[in-house]
Amino acid sequence: MKPAPFSYHRPGSLSEALGLLSDLGADAKPLAGGQSLGPMLNMRLARPAHIVDLNDLLELDYVRRTGDGLEIGGMTRHHRLASAPEVRRTLPLLAEAASTIGHYAIRQRGTLGGSIVHADPAAQLPLVAVVLEAEAVIRSRAGERVAVVADFLQSIMTVDLADGELVTALRFPVPPTGTGWGFELFSRRRGDFAIASAAALIELAPSGAIAALRIAIGGAGAVPVRLDEIEHSAVGEFPDGMWCATVARCIAEAANPEEDPQIPVPFRRELLQTLAERALTAAHSRAAVA
Amino acid sequence: MKETDYKVTLSLIVNGETRNVRVLPQRLLSDVLREDLGLTGTHVGCEHGVCGACTVLVDGAPARSCLTFAVQMEGHEITTVESVARDGELSPLQQALHEEHGLQCGFCTPGIVMTFEAYLKENPTPSTTEIRDVLSGNLCRCTGYQNIVAAILKAAATLREKGVE
Ligand SMILES: Cc1cc2nc3c(=O)[nH]c(=O)nc-3n(C[C@H](O)[C@H](O)[C@H](O)COP(=O)(O)OP(=O)(O)OC[C@H]3O[C@@H](n4cnc5c(N)ncnc54)[C@H](O)[C@@H]3O)c2cc1C
Ligand code: FES
Ligand code: FES
Repeated sequence: MKPAPFSYHRPGSLSEALGLLSDLGADAKPLAGGQSLGPMLNMRLARPAHIVDLNDLLELDYVRRTGDGLEIGGMTRHHRLASAPEVRRTLPLLAEAASTIGHYAIRQRGTLGGSIVHADPAAQLPLVAVVLEAEAVIRSRAGERVAVVADFLQSIMTVDLADGELVTALRFPVPPTGTGWGFELFSRRRGDFAIASAAALIELAPSGAIAALRIAIGGAGAVPVRLDEIEHSAVGEFPDGMWCATVARCIAEAANPEEDPQIPVPFRRELLQTLAERALTAAHSRAAVA
Repeated sequence: MKETDYKVTLSLIVNGETRNVRVLPQRLLSDVLREDLGLTGTHVGCEHGVCGACTVLVDGAPARSCLTFAVQMEGHEITTVESVARDGELSPLQQALHEEHGLQCGFCTPGIVMTFEAYLKENPTPSTTEIRDVLSGNLCRCTGYQNIVAAILKAAATLREKGVE
């Protein structure tokens, strides 16, 4: 199918883009990689009167070290997230998750900002942003605000973003040295949206016991689910194979996925259990004693 | 106002040549290439990014032309399958697809050629697993992929021997 008519705007700077978006209001949609908006326009699920193209805003395509974190521009493409040495070194979980998004050609275009704002419940980047406790930097003509990604993601394809606002960057705190990570997903065909996914981070105490656990699962609700109770009760435990299996079973039981005629709840629970166990095992094997 | 009143004049660089077109802003790059410029080597299957048949290069990187608007492309270099063979001589990748029977109907082939012309520059020594990962973005309803993978491995070896440009 073909998109409904729109007028096209190509701002050359962020301030010009913010001005346009503020003037055009609800009739305008920013266009980043177009890998989600494109299909929605082609299928006429979206019919904005104005398209504001962000692709000339090279100032939003960057990876920058900021003290104890990494700030990544909203227009940074998935391929760069997956391959930039700085990301692979300091946030391997993010790089690995980005490398599994869609396909090679999709990753050349799709952006970090676009994925977070599109907020598909099965998407990789919202899941890892939640487990890494990232913040979104949001700009409008009126100024700048910062939102924790876990709060920014409100529901299926719904985020805390007003007309005229752009996500200009994500700020990722870099986990302490020695933190182990695991990322697992399941899809029926390589590159399809995941049916279920899990991301885990483990920090070990000198004794080898868990000092901190972070785990989140995707495909178990409208937004990525962080498992606070399981995280708290893990502290002080020794994460051997038995422990990983037991915790994974608890996670699957705690998960409350929606019924889907193609993916029955018990199937998704089983997937979550397997993926959580693998993610925990991988995180433990990569963790180094502090 | 008539539809033509909304049309914009674009100057596009396609396969190294400057081409001027007058199109509506919502016109897909795939439609401009095929219908306005007569470059029908770029195929269109799904128009939502899944099948990969419409893949072209934008500034050397593969992109779905069905998810790109022509109006976005001013100032960018577009490369389509028409430019891959030089002076009637197939590229090593095209030659390998031919020799390994990497196509039957050929509908998927232009997208695969464009994707891997770019990928083999980024990764001249791909493993079978890496090739299959990248190839997941191009649907082929005929071959079963086996011969495409063999062709890409062969092309990579040929390119390594020749030394990539
Ligand atoms: C075949 C195919 C397979 C895919 N598989 C996956 C997958 O497995 N996992 C996955 O996560 N994704 C997948 N995707 C989607 C892909 O990751 C998209 O790139 C991503 O969801 C959106 O990013 P984008 O830059 O393309 O944004 P766009 O499509 O340009 O925009 C998406 C939405 O975000 C808004 N927006 C974009 N940027 C900003 C910004 N900076 N500030 C405010 N609003 C903004 C737009 O207005 C629009 O509403 C797939 C896509 C395709 C076509
Ligand atoms: S036609 Fe563009 S990906 Fe199928
Ligand atoms: S050769 Fe027919 S679709 Fe691939």
